[in-house]
Parts: sequence; C-alpha cells; structure tokens
Amino acid sequence: MRIRIFVKTLNILTMNKSSILALVFSFAFFASCGGDKTKKEEDTSKPVTEESNDQAADPSTYDPKRGEGKYTTVELGATLDQAMATKGEEVAGVKCTSCHKPTDEKLVGPGWKGVTERRKPEWIMNFITNPDPMINKDPEVQAQLEICLVRMPNQGLSDDEARNILEYMRKNDGVK
Amino acid sequence: MKNKFLKAVFVIALGSALVTSCKPKSSGDAVSGDAAQKAYVAPGKYDEFYNFVSGGFSGQLSVYGLPSGRLFRVIPVFSVDPEKGWGYSEETKPMLNTSQGFVPWDDLHHTEMSQTNGEVDGRWVFGNANNTPRIARIDLKTFKTAEIIELPNSAGNHSSPFITENTEYVVAGTRFSVPADYSNGDVAINTYKENFKGHISFVKVGKEGEMDLAFQIVTPGVNFDLSHAGKGKSHGWFFFSCYNTEQANTLLEVNASQKDKDFIMAVNWKKAEEYIKAGKGKKQSVKYAHNKWDEKTHTAKSEIKTEVLVLDSAELKDICYMIPCPKSPHGCDVDPSGEYIVGSGKLAALIPVFSFDKLQSAIAKKQFDGNYGGIPVVKYEAALHGEVQKPGLGPLHTEFDGKGNAYTTFFVSSEVVKWDIKSLKVLDRVPTYYSVGHLCIPGGDSKKPFGKYLIAYNKITKDRYLPTGPELAQSAQIFDISGDKMKMILDFPTIGEPHYAQAAPADLIRNNGQLKFYKIGDNNHPYVTKGEKEAKVVREGNKVHVYMTSIRSHFAPDNIEGVKLGDEVYFHVTNLEQDWDVPHGFAIKGADNGELLIMPGETTTLKWIPKKVGIFPMYCTDFCSALHQEMQGYVRVSPAGSNVPISFSVGTNLPANK
Repeated sequence: MRIRIFVKTLNILTMNKSSILALVFSFAFFASCGGDKTKKEEDTSKPVTEESNDQAADPSTYDPKRGEGKYTTVELGATLDQAMATKGEEVAGVKCTSCHKPTDEKLVGPGWKGVTERRKPEWIMNFITNPDPMINKDPEVQAQLEICLVRMPNQGLSDDEARNILEYMRKNDGVK
Repeated sequence: MKNKFLKAVFVIALGSALVTSCKPKSSGDAVSGDAAQKAYVAPGKYDEFYNFVSGGFSGQLSVYGLPSGRLFRVIPVFSVDPEKGWGYSEETKPMLNTSQGFVPWDDLHHTEMSQTNGEVDGRWVFGNANNTPRIARIDLKTFKTAEIIELPNSAGNHSSPFITENTEYVVAGTRFSVPADYSNGDVAINTYKENFKGHISFVKVGKEGEMDLAFQIVTPGVNFDLSHAGKGKSHGWFFFSCYNTEQANTLLEVNASQKDKDFIMAVNWKKAEEYIKAGKGKKQSVKYAHNKWDEKTHTAKSEIKTEVLVLDSAELKDICYMIPCPKSPHGCDVDPSGEYIVGSGKLAALIPVFSFDKLQSAIAKKQFDGNYGGIPVVKYEAALHGEVQKPGLGPLHTEFDGKGNAYTTFFVSSEVVKWDIKSLKVLDRVPTYYSVGHLCIPGGDSKKPFGKYLIAYNKITKDRYLPTGPELAQSAQIFDISGDKMKMILDFPTIGEPHYAQAAPADLIRNNGQLKFYKIGDNNHPYVTKGEKEAKVVREGNKVHVYMTSIRSHFAPDNIEGVKLGDEVYFHVTNLEQDWDVPHGFAIKGADNGELLIMPGETTTLKWIPKKVGIFPMYCTDFCSALHQEMQGYVRVSPAGSNVPISFSVGTNLPANK
C-alpha cells in the first residue's frame, strides 16, 4: 500500500522518473545500508569566544576577600570625594536603588548600610561589575542568594560609574 | 520499457527495504546514512550559517541556523505581532504606516542581504512587501526592522528587494502594471494597453542604511517578476524578468501565456543616473510613506513624501533593452562572474543562459528585432550563450556554488538540477518533497558563494509530516552540495510560506557588533524613567501618562489610583536592566492591544482605554526571575467624574489598619 502510494506520487510529481528512481534506488541500496563512507567533518561550530561565566574554572582559586574580576587593589582617599559620591548616587538611582535601600533593610537585595565596612573595596568593585561568576563561587553571596532568590543583575557599569557608586556607599556609611 | 523495469526493481528494492528494515523505510527517506551527522549541531554549539527566510503570507522574516534547521527568531516586519508588541506599542505603530494608512499585514517574498564588493557583508537584510508595495531594511545588529519605504506607482512589489554589488541601490519592480499614481486611475480595466504602466524603482541606500527613492523608470505595462543586479563586469546593469507582454487584463493563466517569448529587461542604471544628473527625470506628484526607527528614542517616525523623479524608458533609448526569453520567465539570476544571466521560463522546457559580453556587443552593433513599447528588443541569438536542454519541467530559480555550477529548481517536476554554467550540461538531479519554489546557497547570488549547503523551499509537504488538518506546513530541505552529488541531509517545516532566502557565515553576523542591551544613559525616549525615583503618574486632561520602571522583579509604581472611565492611559515602561537576555513584559487585563516586550534599557508604551470600573491587574509576561510571579500590580479605575485623586506608589501603600 505504502509502496504504491509512493510510486504514484513520484509519477505525478516527477518528470524524469527513471533517473530519480535510479537515484532513490541507489540511495536505498548503497547509501543507507552503510555502504557510504562517513567522512568526519571538521567542527567549525564552536563559539569563537566563551560567553558563559567562567563556571568551569577551579573554585579553589577563588579569593573570597578580593572576589573575582578586574580589580586587585582599589585605593581609597582618606576623606570622602564629595563630587564622586554625588555622581555615584545619581547612577545608583538609575541602576541600583530599585533593589537596594541605603538602610540595612532588605528590599530585593540587601540594604547597603555598612557594606564598605563588611567588604574590601576591591570585592565591591568586582562584585558590582562582574556579578555572575561571584554569585556562582562566593560562599557568602551564595548564602545571600538563598535569602533573596534573585541573582543580582549585571547592570553594565563602567569603571567610573562603579568607582563613583563605591564612593557613594562610603558616604552612606558615614565617611566624611 | 526502461522506466517500467526500473520501477519494478525499485518496488522490489523498497519492499525488501521494508522487510529487512534497512533504510530508507518510506517515501521520505531518500537520504544517505550519514545525513543526521551532517545536519547535527550538538546542544550548546553554534550553527555554521544564519539563514534569513522570507515568511511569505505571514509578512515576517524567520532566522534559522544551518545545517541544524533550528529556528532562532521570527522578526516582525510587515505584519503586526502581538507577542512582541510590533504594531501594537505606540512606538512601533508608525512603522506600518502607508499612504493608505496603517496596514497590519503584508506578504514578504524575498530577502536580500547587503553586500560590499559583491560579497555578503552582514550589515542588513532587506525584505519586500508584495501587496502594499514596500521595502524593509532589517538591522542585523539588533535583528529588528529599522526602516520601511513605500513605493508609489506600484502594485505587487514582487521583483524586489534585490541589490547592487555595493548596496548602492535596492530595487523594486511592480508585478501589476497599473495607471500611474500621477495619472487618472479611474479608467476602464480593458484599457490596459493605453493606460497601464510599469514602474521600476531604484532606492538609494546610504552609509547607515537609510533608504531614499532616487528615481523610477516608467515602462510599457507588463508584469515584472524577479530581478538581479549585474556584478563584476556587469556591475552597472540590472536585469528584470517580465511576463504578460501580451498585456492581458483577464484570465492571465491563458491570455498571458500566448507568446513564445517574453523578456528579460536589461537596465543600464549608471546611464539612468547620468540622465538624472542631466535633469532628464520628470518630477511627478505622488504619495508614499517613509518610516524610520530611531535607536535613541526607541520610536518610529513616519513621513509622507510627495514627489518622485521618473525617467521614461521609451524616450531615453539607451537605458533599457528587452532580451527575448522563452515562456513567462520567472527567476532572473546572474552567476558569480557577472557574465551569465539565467532566465527561467516557467513554462519552458529549457533554460536560456545569456551572455553579458554578447549583450553588449549586440547593443553596440544594434542587433535589434524592432522594439517593445519603444524599448529596443535585442535579437535572441545575439545575446544567447546557450540553452540547457531538457533540464526538467517548470524551471523557477537558480543559485550558484562558486565552482562553475548552477542549481535550478523545477516546480512541476519537483527537483533540483545541477548543471555546468559554461558547457550547459546537466550534472546531477535530486527530488524535493514537493514542488520546490526558491532555493538558497549561502552567498549563492553574490560574487562569493559558500557552496556547502543548498536549501530548497517547498510549497507542498503532503505526507512529509504528521497531519495537522487541512492546512499543512511548508518546508525547507537541506542538501549537502560539497561533493559531486547533492545529498539531502535534513528537512524541516517553516513558518508562513518561504519564498526566497539568504544565508551567510555565522561569524560574519555574530561578530558584527551585536547589540546586547540598550544603554539606559543613551535612552532619549520622551517618556523614559531613569530610575524609580522618577517613576510617576501624570494626568493631562483625559490622558494619563504612567512613567513606569521594571526590574527583577517589580514595577514602579505598582499601585495606581485615580484613573477614570473616559481616560486614555499610556504605560511608558522603561526596563532598567542592563544585561543581555533580560527583557520584561507588560500586560494589563482587558487591553484591546498586544503586550509589551521591553528590551533591557528600552522604553515602550502601551495605550489602554479602560472600559469598566474596577481593579485591573497588570503583570510581567516574560519569565524574568524566581520572583517573576510576584512581578505584578494593580490599577484602580473609578467612574467618570469621580474625585479619587491620582496616586501612585511602590511598596508603601500599606493597609490603614495593620
């Protein structure tokens, strides 16, 4: 039944019946029955750059004091840079304060009060510019995630924006 | 006799195949054993090519990966798409404006990628609207429709949107000749020969892609079908196939198939440019829409233009030449060298191949056979390189592999035929399932084809897939053409009806500076809300503007009161996220509108006219975080004349009695 339908279909839809049938025939016998040599194609389909967040890296090399990211040491002034803090507050208003209060009260994420006393400046700078790998590796951030259940988004902060936000956090913590 | 014998052998072979379970098992399995391996792209791996496939009567453009056939995205172009808010948000509505007003649907037939030096460059892909004549440009950094231009004096923009080798122009040729917009259109239909005219449009493409209707060429009334630009030596020329040179206005099936030959019209567009410069173009009064998307304001603007320059092909003798081409030519394809022009007479049993050099020499020697409506007709043999004899039945379209071979689809005999361009010898043929229309080889109409895969786009699938009622899927079939013989490796259903498609190496596009999110600092939308502290609700008469933000996982404000019946409410939602792949959605109960899908850093507006008093929930439609189900809010609607004041808040509107 099936065969008859197929042949009929071919009759209707094909002009060069003989050649097509011959071709199908040859596929049927030689190609599909394993007669065709399988040539291994070179795999050109790998991503050019790794987009994932470095999750495969060895967690034992993670430094919980510094965090992970481009900042190794961040120099802080003895006193507050008022202009930077003001700029930082502006950026935070667009990119941060939907989720973080200046107090110690949790909103979506934890409140900012005291963060500059709890964390080294380089840890803060790394975390706000490179959150994903740190959420995956930092034990304290992972504990925090269990409470908040929302991964802190990467808000695309520039170096200047991040540094200004840090200065605003210092101001928020009472640095004069 | 031979046929019968083969058929018998085939039946036996197939029968034994069924019994012994040696593949192929059924009608569909004319595939070789390693097909799956060739089409397989492992989870997490990328495809080698992007494939931009026209969505036909869906009006959209779909993006697939090759060789996997995986669907990545459907880009809304000419049809509304409530899923993405396309044509529903206030910002996108102007994109679908035309001289006829807002048009929510069209029929996208052909895609064409931008080129530099005749090679695909990965900047834009163009699409044509076949019903209300338009051309769209889709930006391949955002995969979004960036611009749409309408074409006056046209009806059924079919031979479009093909481009010149440096994307100087994208063209359009009218399928239906009609009375020009600048003439009286209220004429008897059977006065076609006197009153109906063809117009082909040359739309200039600027450095940033911006389109501008540079000029049109008016021709005798015929049906223009497809076109392709010359390249290399033939750069400066454009070739349009045309049928219905009988100029029939009814029962074209019979009346437009009378003549033995119709034409491929060769257009010397560099010459046309000279005439334009010399002031030979006539300014004609028309009306057409030009719609542009602004990346900074996240808003489209529509402008109605009122003038076009028209050159007369009969008056200016050396712009257009007619090359006779057997039986209602459809495809009109130029090989990578620019020397050979393949005309596919869809009712012909041969494929004529014309030579650009011979055409030039015929024009120089005036080897003409009279004229057609004032356009010189070149002698058929004088321009002919040769004919592919008995290639199949119903030739439609041809693409090239860059190795001297051409591949032509045959609708009636359901097959793809490979032939040698120079010797015109048929080299191979494979069946398609069924009734193939267009085909695509990555870069296959450019100077530099990537001749590894060929995709056939089929009109009929019949028994190929599980049945789905009266309407069945259209399909694409991928062939490996790296060897001498074409081998089918995969077939898959497509959205809408695929016509032409283009493909390009994946790296060309994924490394072109793909946009991951909109920078919130650069957002110049007039109703942007840069941070929750700016969130507010403002009443202006009966218009209520809600300046709203969204971030994982709440809206601000999420409690709104003081809206009254008779108000028009505009939710201007700014997505504050600044990371890839974090859109938020927005929907409100009862909206006779779509949803909003707001990309990170973008502002988008939903207009809502409440029709009942009560509490109306709103929520995020795009699963954004573990607390996505908490991303919601309420709008209170009071009766007209109520004195409930406008109020809004997030997190502070707590019960009066705790």
